[in-house]
Amino acid sequence: MTMMKKLLTSAVASTLMVGGAQAEISGDTVKIGYLADMSGTYRDLAGPNGLAALNMAIKDFGGTVNGAKIEVVSADDRNSPDTSSSTVRRWVENDNVDLVAGMVASSVSIAVSKILEENDRLGIISGSAASSITNEHCTPNHIHYVYDTYPLANGTASAVVQEGGKSWYMLTADYAFGHALEGDVTRVVEASGGEVIGTVRHPFPTQDFSSFILQAQASGADVVGLANAGADTTNAITTASEFGLTQSGQTLAALLLFLTDVHALGAETAQGIQLTTGWYWDMNDEAREWSDRFMAETGVRPTMVHAGIYSSTIQYLNAVAATGSDDAQTVRQQMMDTPINDMFAKNGRIRVDGRMVHDMYLAEVKTPEASENEWDLYQILRTIPADEAYRPLSESKCKLVNN
Amino acid sequence: MNQSVNSADIHKAIVEQQALQDRRKMMLNGALLLLLLAAPFVLYPVFLMKILCFALFAVAFNLLFGFTGLLSFGHAAFLATGSYTTGFLLSNYSGLTTEVGILAGTLASTLLGMAFALLSIRRQGIYFAMVTLALAQLVFFFFVQSEFTGGEDGMHGIPRGELFGLINLEDNLNMYYFVLAVFIGCYLLVQRVVSSPYGQVLKSIKQNEARAVSLGYNVDRYKVLAFVISAALAGLAGSMKSVVFQLASLNDAHWHMSGEVILMTLVGGMGTLLGPVVGATFVVNVEYQLSQGPLRDWVDPILGGIFVLTVLAFRSGIVGEVQKFVKKNLG
Repeated sequence: MTMMKKLLTSAVASTLMVGGAQAEISGDTVKIGYLADMSGTYRDLAGPNGLAALNMAIKDFGGTVNGAKIEVVSADDRNSPDTSSSTVRRWVENDNVDLVAGMVASSVSIAVSKILEENDRLGIISGSAASSITNEHCTPNHIHYVYDTYPLANGTASAVVQEGGKSWYMLTADYAFGHALEGDVTRVVEASGGEVIGTVRHPFPTQDFSSFILQAQASGADVVGLANAGADTTNAITTASEFGLTQSGQTLAALLLFLTDVHALGAETAQGIQLTTGWYWDMNDEAREWSDRFMAETGVRPTMVHAGIYSSTIQYLNAVAATGSDDAQTVRQQMMDTPINDMFAKNGRIRVDGRMVHDMYLAEVKTPEASENEWDLYQILRTIPADEAYRPLSESKCKLVNN
Repeated sequence: MNQSVNSADIHKAIVEQQALQDRRKMMLNGALLLLLLAAPFVLYPVFLMKILCFALFAVAFNLLFGFTGLLSFGHAAFLATGSYTTGFLLSNYSGLTTEVGILAGTLASTLLGMAFALLSIRRQGIYFAMVTLALAQLVFFFFVQSEFTGGEDGMHGIPRGELFGLINLEDNLNMYYFVLAVFIGCYLLVQRVVSSPYGQVLKSIKQNEARAVSLGYNVDRYKVLAFVISAALAGLAGSMKSVVFQLASLNDAHWHMSGEVILMTLVGGMGTLLGPVVGATFVVNVEYQLSQGPLRDWVDPILGGIFVLTVLAFRSGIVGEVQKFVKKNLG
């Protein structure tokens, strides 16, 4: 049966390849639209430097694909789904954009993916966290590349429990995202043999975390889990540091934290925090080599999102070159058939629901003494294998998965 | 004898001048209408619809701010209530035609406007602004917490459906002319309200509330009605926006949105009919153009700069300044 399936898939794939070879690149141009927050809260983790990563990928690829030009347009999503959806509608309806890349705020990504589905174009989402993007909101027209909340909860929580953090106290942002993350973390902690001894919910957004941090400290839990994101997380960490939370023997587990956030906080404030990341610039030679080039271009070290934008763009262009087509479904199929082995991921693969699964890493922020320079911030504690990290397809609610 | 001839002449001259002014106005409005009818063939229709929705939102806000002198800092709540209600109904009850969904959204924000007005109308100036802001934040909290809004992710894939079950709104042109018709209808309504005796009372309240009270007007009732009309139109703008974009998101409910509509009204010219429309067009365009170009890192500072410049140097806004110029040099 599996043999039969394999034969069938390869037959389908090869037909597609043949079809692809005959197909053409529309307008003799591959047009990529880069959409991200260029001016708001999420500017640092993707933003203008993400565009730099995209341009690096195109330059490294050679600037043309099968003789066709590669053009880039870009826009600020202003973290607003309406602005993004009108921009992307115009891109696909008037400007013939083939691929939309970037995308950070989950509301933006979901809005854009619906438009891409309507118009049958492709999107590669690199910045968003929400795992719903490839679950209930999955479409055959987008790929979620870098990370999502599932491994954040799964990876961080189970790893921290294994490292000895048995009792947890949760600090949760009081809205849907926080509740979902808290639920996931609680499930994972209990499944791995730990327990959640208390929870406090804070309004979204919050500036002053002192009362919440004091409660967490008083709880005596081994681990304080932060089920929040963005400015809330950094505010909570700053407050925790002022109260000496990690110095007094408790561990802070941040679920969503980017290298740029940690850099802004500094090793002094952020030391000892455990987090899950999809990629780290200093994790191997390939990553280092690429990061040096990125830094020469932009002046900063790349986040996992920047690396993901570079890697996914190269993958996309490879698929266009291999099939000779910029048709969304042909290219997506080719990308699904090709394992990803580059500076970003080893043996990464794109599943039918659009989720790119690859190894994730549990990292700890170094102490100021151990940190050699301003960007030497993480120590990788362990690798979370791809299959453990992401939501298995058997639990998927995606319409493309037959359950 | 002589005198009566004179006054008849004067009367005639006034009537003639008024007729001339009316003709000018008619010509201007006619030209604008032609422009709007032809626009989707030149410009991108979805973008034009965005401008129209925000223009309606600003017109609604201006009725309260520009003509009655009440600065509401919570109008985002009405926009969001309209868009979430319409979005929820159209997504979950496929039997509903689009106009029913839009009317339901408008009704919901009308009721919310009534509640806001009754709670806040006795306060004045900054206190009024703060009470409306506080109430709008409560509404924001409700939308963040509710399951049906999708929280941070927003509500997506709202079907545009068919108008009266006949006209397919999936087509951008059909959608555009529908939005345009609603917009023009509301604009004429506001024009009618402002020039009616009721509108005169509103203006008198703005100029001198104590005098309006001493003349025997029940000022609070006039203000409540103005607030409710404004909330209803803002809700209608939100409802249409959710159908145009097929999504409703927290941005609509965020206090930034309440701030943006103030910016639109001030830049365009508060207290003029056309001002908010020009202001909305201007702000949406500036945002769009800047976000595409090399200055995109600077969208917010530039908009802030425009706001400061308007408040300091051009208090009557674009339309107000043009009117002044015309009166001075051509009148």
